Amino acid sequence: MIDHIAAIVVMLPIISSVFVMLIRNNSINWLISTTASLITSIASIMMYLQISKNGIISYAMGGWEPPVGIEYRVDEFNALFIILISIASFLILLYAKHSLNSELKENKITTFYSMYLLCLGGLIGILSTGDAFNAFVFLEISSLATYILISMGSDRRALLSAYQYLIMGTIGATLYVIGVGLIFVLTGSLNLYDISIRIQELELYRPLYASLAFITVGIALKVALFPLHAWLPNAYAYTPSVGTAFLSSTATKVAIYLLIKYLFLVYGYDVVYSNKIFVFVIIGLSILAMFGASLIAIFQSNLKKLFAYSSVAQIGYITLGIGLANHNGLIGSTVHIINHSIIKAAIFLAIGCIVFKTKISDTHELAGLGKKMPVIAILLTISSLSLIGIPGTVGFISKWYLIIGALEQGWWLVVLSLAISSLLALIYVGRVIELMWFHQPEDAIIVNSKSLPFEMLAITFILTLATVYFGIDTRLTAGLAEIAVQNVLLGGQ
Amino acid sequence: MIEYLIYFPILIPLLTAIAIKSLWPIETTRKLILYIGPILTLACSIYIYDKFDQLNSNVDIINIFDNITISLGIEPISMVFLIMVNTLWLVATAYSLGYMISNNEKRLGNFFLFFSISISCANGAALSSNLITLFIFYELLTISTYPLVTHKGDEQSKASGRKYLLILLGTSLCFFLPAIGYVYYLSGGLQFVDQGLLFTNLLPDQINHFEISILLILFVFGIAKAAIMPFHSWLPAAMVAPTPVSALLHAVAVVKVGVFSIIKILVYTFGVELLHGLNAVDLLVYVCGFTIIATSIIALKQDNLKRLLAYSTISQLSYVIIAILILTPSAIIAATMHLIAHAVSKITLFFAAGAIYTSTGFTKISEMNGIGKNLKVVTIAFTLGAMSLIGLPILVGFTSKWYIVQSAASESQWIILSVITISTLLNIGYFTPIIYKFFFNKSNANKKFKDLPLTINFAILSCCILMVILFLYPTLIIEVIKNVQ
Repeated sequence: MIDHIAAIVVMLPIISSVFVMLIRNNSINWLISTTASLITSIASIMMYLQISKNGIISYAMGGWEPPVGIEYRVDEFNALFIILISIASFLILLYAKHSLNSELKENKITTFYSMYLLCLGGLIGILSTGDAFNAFVFLEISSLATYILISMGSDRRALLSAYQYLIMGTIGATLYVIGVGLIFVLTGSLNLYDISIRIQELELYRPLYASLAFITVGIALKVALFPLHAWLPNAYAYTPSVGTAFLSSTATKVAIYLLIKYLFLVYGYDVVYSNKIFVFVIIGLSILAMFGASLIAIFQSNLKKLFAYSSVAQIGYITLGIGLANHNGLIGSTVHIINHSIIKAAIFLAIGCIVFKTKISDTHELAGLGKKMPVIAILLTISSLSLIGIPGTVGFISKWYLIIGALEQGWWLVVLSLAISSLLALIYVGRVIELMWFHQPEDAIIVNSKSLPFEMLAITFILTLATVYFGIDTRLTAGLAEIAVQNVLLGGQ
Repeated sequence: MIEYLIYFPILIPLLTAIAIKSLWPIETTRKLILYIGPILTLACSIYIYDKFDQLNSNVDIINIFDNITISLGIEPISMVFLIMVNTLWLVATAYSLGYMISNNEKRLGNFFLFFSISISCANGAALSSNLITLFIFYELLTISTYPLVTHKGDEQSKASGRKYLLILLGTSLCFFLPAIGYVYYLSGGLQFVDQGLLFTNLLPDQINHFEISILLILFVFGIAKAAIMPFHSWLPAAMVAPTPVSALLHAVAVVKVGVFSIIKILVYTFGVELLHGLNAVDLLVYVCGFTIIATSIIALKQDNLKRLLAYSTISQLSYVIIAILILTPSAIIAATMHLIAHAVSKITLFFAAGAIYTSTGFTKISEMNGIGKNLKVVTIAFTLGAMSLIGLPILVGFTSKWYIVQSAASESQWIILSVITISTLLNIGYFTPIIYKFFFNKSNANKKFKDLPLTINFAILSCCILMVILFLYPTLIIEVIKNVQ
């Protein structure tokens, strides 16, 4: 059993998604999905423990030995992310039941659960696979499931945003495949580990950089790196709240992982970072993301879009750490992937609670929420503050590592941009907080007289607590991120 | 057991806040409950003062990562600061009860809740034993005072609250945090060390004067709570808060945490030896000197009493910074002394201003003709506070100014001396017309005066007594500060 664990964490959600589709009973389906994601979470933790004991797991799918067969290759780095996204999706599923009942038509809920699990399986697949083409397949599986999740939003604009993402996502995937094709021509292999060895023997010439460019841009579309982010705000805004929380805490993060994997484990530091233009572009785009998206967020009137643009800005922080490419910068990136997942899940679930009670979508409708729903307003305030990077919250930890990383490189301008972008975050978060606490409530914003279900409140509370807890005790976030970066990305130096 | 004592000044105000929130509404007769927190905290601080020698080690609360820990510790400057904050908290509690009830301010429960939390943060900042802990409490203090600034809830206070949050959080995130990161990068640690972390940790050839200068400037401007120009405008804006808030927080806790942090960073992070002869120090002396004189001139033109006091606060804060920039052991004593002196004097002035408002509804100086006849205690207290700030004997302001002048003269810092002289003249310039109005102008005979609650008079009187006591026994403070190495 334990030998097949790398396959189990991928296959379990995918197989259960099929069962969910067949059963078509909402309560049972909720139970199946939650159980499946719970088992996946436990299995992923077991897998991590095994890796830290015995080293990298290399699993030959179907018994076909790599490099010919498909290899699942799990190390401390991607195992950490598998834990992250499986636990995140478990918590979100626990929360999902009532929220979905109130936001979706009854006949759509089964499909939602099914696609949710399929997407989860696809994402874990991207994380664990060691095969370039297999990664593409999983990328498509998760993306297709995501398109359906987005299109289920009750607003008609959801269809348009799903279509928009479909087009953009397909372009991204195509670019990625072109890049993989180029590598295959150059090295004759699709196994990522194999490629990484063969690339060393290649002379650095144009097709290699071309493949790097194709793959980076292709994945950057999925990451929603700044100028390629257009699909994200709409997709987040019109998906049901549960879907938004799920996508924001998992989908983009997995794409970032894939990018890191290609840059550091496949091409390798020497190939990628000897190219100064690449470094310049990735740092430049990250800073543009931090500024541009934050500025848009400041003037955003749709609540979910505001936090969606903030996601784009936060992704800028993560890619900035990738651009720094030193020890602290990479820890900063890795830990911010984890921290940002927690923060955004907490924020979007809190918004889900607000939507459950009030059906609001615009920021100005938040006025006076502090009086009507004080608990949720406090939770949203805390998690928003950690977005700024107030010390004592997770946002601070990531920012600290990034600042130290930038200082080590001697890039003062980057330090300054980090600082100024926190200022911008302060402005858009401050607006939300001020609206909630210091404005007179508009009449009758409460439309749903049902009291907030316990599990919705509890999960939001747990995640918000996590944004504070991991800001003080970072053994499980920064500690593990440091191990991952040290052992995997920097090769144990 | 004794090492846990250090948590108490942070925990007791926090528990007080929780108690207030859960017990509210407290009936008028049982308002005495509110005094329990301040009294306990003060007792605890004095006990720490007594057991000071046994508390020399730092207490690590939690290790965040690498060698960055949240830890508390006690040293002479923080000892003095701690006792000051908690003494004035007790006095201010009495005052606020009288003030808030007489003026029918709403949401009293929330007011006392955030008031206690702010004190907890200020005590935390006082007890921090490394930069990161200081930074955490510094930021929490900003956030917990924000609801107090916007207490009224009208458009003006919301706008002020926005400015308050933006400037204080903005500067700390833009300058303070990168500076802390840079210290960590340079020295691999953040803890406060005798003689200065950078001074003891860096080898002479590692010291780059340009880097140290940049770092110094980042710290001084990043701590906008010290309100050095150009980051001073939050302070007059914050005056929309109820007077007890302005008195305790914007004359004492918040701004004093700012200058206290700067003193602590200069002494324990840089080390005064390291800063000798840096051009950045001269630059900062000019900036502070300019701030002192410019804000005093602005104060001359103010008609709103609280705004006048706010501008006077800004100039007095720069006094403390300019004093520490003399960079001698006696300068540390002078700066700390002035920190205390200004706190006590300014809280008296604010209390008096609030009392005048409570009794008459006046906020403008031009309206306050002849009120000295009816409000004897209040106006005399105001006069004493003003005299103390001007630096007249029998009041604590004289002592601190004396020390500043002495240390400046011994280092031949003529710029500082002349700035102090000019600003003293300006102080006289803006305080005497007010006092003249109180006592010698004709009053409007029809004006009705509301009786002041006993608590307000009590608070004002105790502040006056404190000013005199500290003049008579300055050794209470000096003996402690002398231990700074």
